[in-house]
Order: sequence, then structure tokens, then C-alpha cells
Amino acid sequence: MGNRAKTFWIYGVLLAVLLVLPMMLPRFYTYILALIFVTSLLAMSLNIVVGHGGLFQFHHAAFYGVGAYTFVLTLTKAGLPMWICFILAPLAAAVAGFLIGWFCVRLSSLYFGMLQISLGSLLWAIVFRWYDMTGGDDGIHGIQMPEFISSTSSAYYFILLFFVLSFVIMYLMHQSPFGQILRATRDNPARCSAVGINVRRHQLTAIVIATFFAGEAGVLFVVLERSVFPDLLFWVLSLEIFIMCLLGGWFTFAGPVVGAAIIVSLRTFVGAYTEYWTMIIGILLILLIFFLPEGVMGFLVERFKGKPNKAPTEQTERAHASS
Amino acid sequence: MLRVEGLQKSFDGFMAVSSADLRVGKGEIVAVIGPNGAGKTTLFRLITGEHLPDKGRVIFKDEEITGLPPHEICRKGIGISFQIVNIFQRMTVFDNVQVAVLAHQRKTGTLFSPARALAVEETEKILRNVGLIEKTQSVSGSLSHGDQKVLEIAIALGSNPDLLILDEPTAGMAREETSAAIDLIHRMTDELGLTILFCEHDMDLVFSIAGRIMVMHQGKSIIEASPDEVRSNKQVQEAYLGVS
Repeated sequence: MGNRAKTFWIYGVLLAVLLVLPMMLPRFYTYILALIFVTSLLAMSLNIVVGHGGLFQFHHAAFYGVGAYTFVLTLTKAGLPMWICFILAPLAAAVAGFLIGWFCVRLSSLYFGMLQISLGSLLWAIVFRWYDMTGGDDGIHGIQMPEFISSTSSAYYFILLFFVLSFVIMYLMHQSPFGQILRATRDNPARCSAVGINVRRHQLTAIVIATFFAGEAGVLFVVLERSVFPDLLFWVLSLEIFIMCLLGGWFTFAGPVVGAAIIVSLRTFVGAYTEYWTMIIGILLILLIFFLPEGVMGFLVERFKGKPNKAPTEQTERAHASS
Repeated sequence: MLRVEGLQKSFDGFMAVSSADLRVGKGEIVAVIGPNGAGKTTLFRLITGEHLPDKGRVIFKDEEITGLPPHEICRKGIGISFQIVNIFQRMTVFDNVQVAVLAHQRKTGTLFSPARALAVEETEKILRNVGLIEKTQSVSGSLSHGDQKVLEIAIALGSNPDLLILDEPTAGMAREETSAAIDLIHRMTDELGLTILFCEHDMDLVFSIAGRIMVMHQGKSIIEASPDEVRSNKQVQEAYLGVS
């Protein structure tokens, strides 16, 4: 119980700081923070399937793009009210996730990944080629946002609100039977079906949930940037968020947030000095694989909470026996 | 309760099971014996749906279950404990069994209530029954081999089966662990009213607990009879017991 109270306080203080920050920071930093939240949400949604579900969802950004484009197109072309578009976009991403996932869960590991990346790239190709509808390579820019989220700081608060909401919802799912069984299907699918779990259906549900949140991240991106472009669905972005999960620790819940913060900061601040900033990511990855195989967050959790993810050491076992 | 008729399965031309017949009545303890490679494990996997049979039928509670996926067969009331330890290594002992209980209670899709508050009583009851209650919070991967085998059985019990299939339940166990396991098997039939189908290499164990024995040799079931009859059967002696 003490641990939970402590965690609660840490998150409370963190949230208070995040609420106050935009009042003190220059606009650019507020923008970067908001971008970190958007990216974190995307990375966390990916981690549901990759980290907890053990599925090779290689092209997750496709659903980020579907969310963003659906939001923009329903807003500008169909002229629907903003809130309706706001709800429609993640739903569209979830439908795309369902359709693609339905085929993918029938395959195992790498084959899943290969089919997923091809079907995801198909979505990119559609957006890229359908010039009349999507603006093709140019994308759509200068989208008018309602008054209450038109400034950077108001957009920041809007994004923070939905980030925190999604964070809490995903946390509840993480702790629920659904989450526990999803991790069980990752560790031992054969055992799961032997105790009566429909593994494929469970995985597909996880994909639909994850793509829903990816779509929501896409919407929040538009709120911040007021533009969309095909790069949002490009596989390079998928790779980047995959790295965020790895870097932050994909067996942990909040790890992807750490990973997203690191990558976005690197791209912004190191990218300003040199265009070879991806080289730094490369070096980071090599170091990571050797020294922090469980990611930054995985390392911290192991350090402060005593290795929940690994077999206990002899010492803890003895302590357990004597208690 | 369970009827297997003329089951056949080959892998890439290798005939693992060529013709297997088996009957298990309610409340019975039936053993399947036979030399290595006789097709015992394959037979079990055909019953639980992990493999699809090429030919033959599996009938459980008067209902044909041939070719159903494993999760549906489990829901009909067949549980299995695997020969090679097949547990959730990263999870605690408690969570291992809880997963099975949650699946049995059809709570796998529950999204917003915390898992730690659900199915606790049922899970603890099973762990108390098998004698792992003191180790509930240990990570299962760190248990001794014997305890992992017991946990394996506990997971199978989590889905509250009517028929429990045990694939070499005591393989690799120390002597005292083995006798504890035999105890456990007896208690499961007496107290829980379980029907048990198992295979085992330890002949003392087989003859001491099995009510009936089916002998497999090169993928065929050659005899199905009481332990005494099996012991005195000439064909069995030649094929398996090594007595001339």
C-alpha cells in the first residue's frame, strides 16, 4: 500500500508541475512538451500490442495517420462539428486496426509483422496517391481550430487533458484481467489456449484498443500542428516509435513515455545542430541492447522495486522462505 | 465420458499415432503407457485439440469434439497439464493460476476492474489444495522443478475440468515430491470427483494408482485392460515390459 501511495504522490506532483510549466516556459518549449505527450500516447498505444501483447506490430504509425487524416477530412471536407470529428477519428483508426489485425493475428510472429507492415504501407500509398482527397505529398495545412484550442498553450492543456485521461484508462486496462491475460498470451500462447482463452480474439481486441489510441494521438497531433502530411503514415515513424518502446522499456507500463521524451528531445535539440542525429539514436540503441536490455524504465523499476520481471535472486527467495 | 475411436495422425510422413482407441469412464483413473515415441503425448494433444487428427473421432460427454480449437475443448471440461513445464515464467504463482480461473469465469474481456481483486478465493483454494499456498507471490520461473510441475497441475485445475489429462506428472521429480504428487492425484479424484487420464514412465506409480491401463506401441493401442491383465499380457511383455 505504501508503494501505491508513493506512486500516487509522484504522479500528482508531476501533473501539478506540467500544469504550471506553460506559464513559465517560452512558447517553443510548451510546444515541444505537447509534442512529447502526443508521441508518448502513440508509443504507449503501440506498447500495448508490442510490449504486453508480444505482437510484431511493425507499422503502427499507419493508424496514427488514419486518425489524423480522418479528423482533418471530416472537419474540412465534410464540415462536421469538431467534437464529432474528434470521436470519429479514433474510431476510424480502430476499424482500420480491426481490418488489418483480423488478417495478421492468423499468422505468427515475423509473418504477422511482414503482413502488418505491407497492409499499413498500403494505407500510406492510398493517402500519398489520392491527391484530390488528401492533398497527396503536400498534405493539408493551416487547418482552422476552434477558438478554445487555437493558441499553443491552450492546445497544450487540451492535449495534456486527453493524454492524462488515456494514460489512466490504459493503466486500468493494464491492471485488469484483460491486461494480465494479454501478457499471458505473450509469454505462453499455447498454455493460454489450453486453459480456454481464445488467443487470437484476445490479440485482435488488443490491436483494436491500441489502434484506437493511436488514432487519438493522430487527432492530438493535428490539434497541435494544424496540418497533416503522408509522413504520419510512413514506416519510418513506425520504426521510431518502436525504438521508443524499446528504449523506455517495453515490459513496463510507463516506459514508452520515457522513450518518447528521449527521442523527441534528441530530435529537437540535437537535430538543431546536426542532421546526423539519427546516428546518436543508433549509438544509443547499441548501448541499450548491451547495458539496459529491459529499457530505461525497466532498469529503474528493477533498481528500486527489486526485479519484478526476473526470477528472484537467492537472497529474496531466502527472505521469502523465512517470512 | 471420453471416447477415442481410430485416431490417426502423421507428421511429414512419420506416423505418430496410427490407430488409437480409448475409453475413459466418469471418475476413473486411466493410464496410457508405452515406450518412448509410442505416441502418448501426440494422443493427448489430439484429444485437447492442439493437433488436428487425420482420421478418427474424439467424443466427450456424448459430443463430438474432433477438430475443435484447444480453447473450446477446454471450455467443454478437459484440462491438461503438460509434460514439459509450460507455465507463465514471468508471472507469480498466484497470477499463473488466476489466469486460468479468470478464463474459466469468462472474465478475460473485463477491462476496467483490477485483476488483483478478482477470482482470489478460487485461486487460493486451488493453491492450498496443491500445497503451493506459501509460495503465491514467488515468480514462477524461480520455483524448483518439482514445484513447477505442481503449478502446472494447479493451472490445469484453474479451469475446473471434469477430465484432467496429466502428461507425465512426476517426470523429473525427486522421490518425496513424487509421493506428494501421487497423494495429490488421489485427492483430486476423491475430493474433487475428477476423472484422470495420464501417462507415466514410472511403472510403480502407474500400477499403484491406475484403475485401467491402455498400452500403446508404435502408434497403436494394443490393449486396454485392468492393471493385472496388462501385467500378465504376453504382447505387452514383449513390446514394453521387456520380460521374455
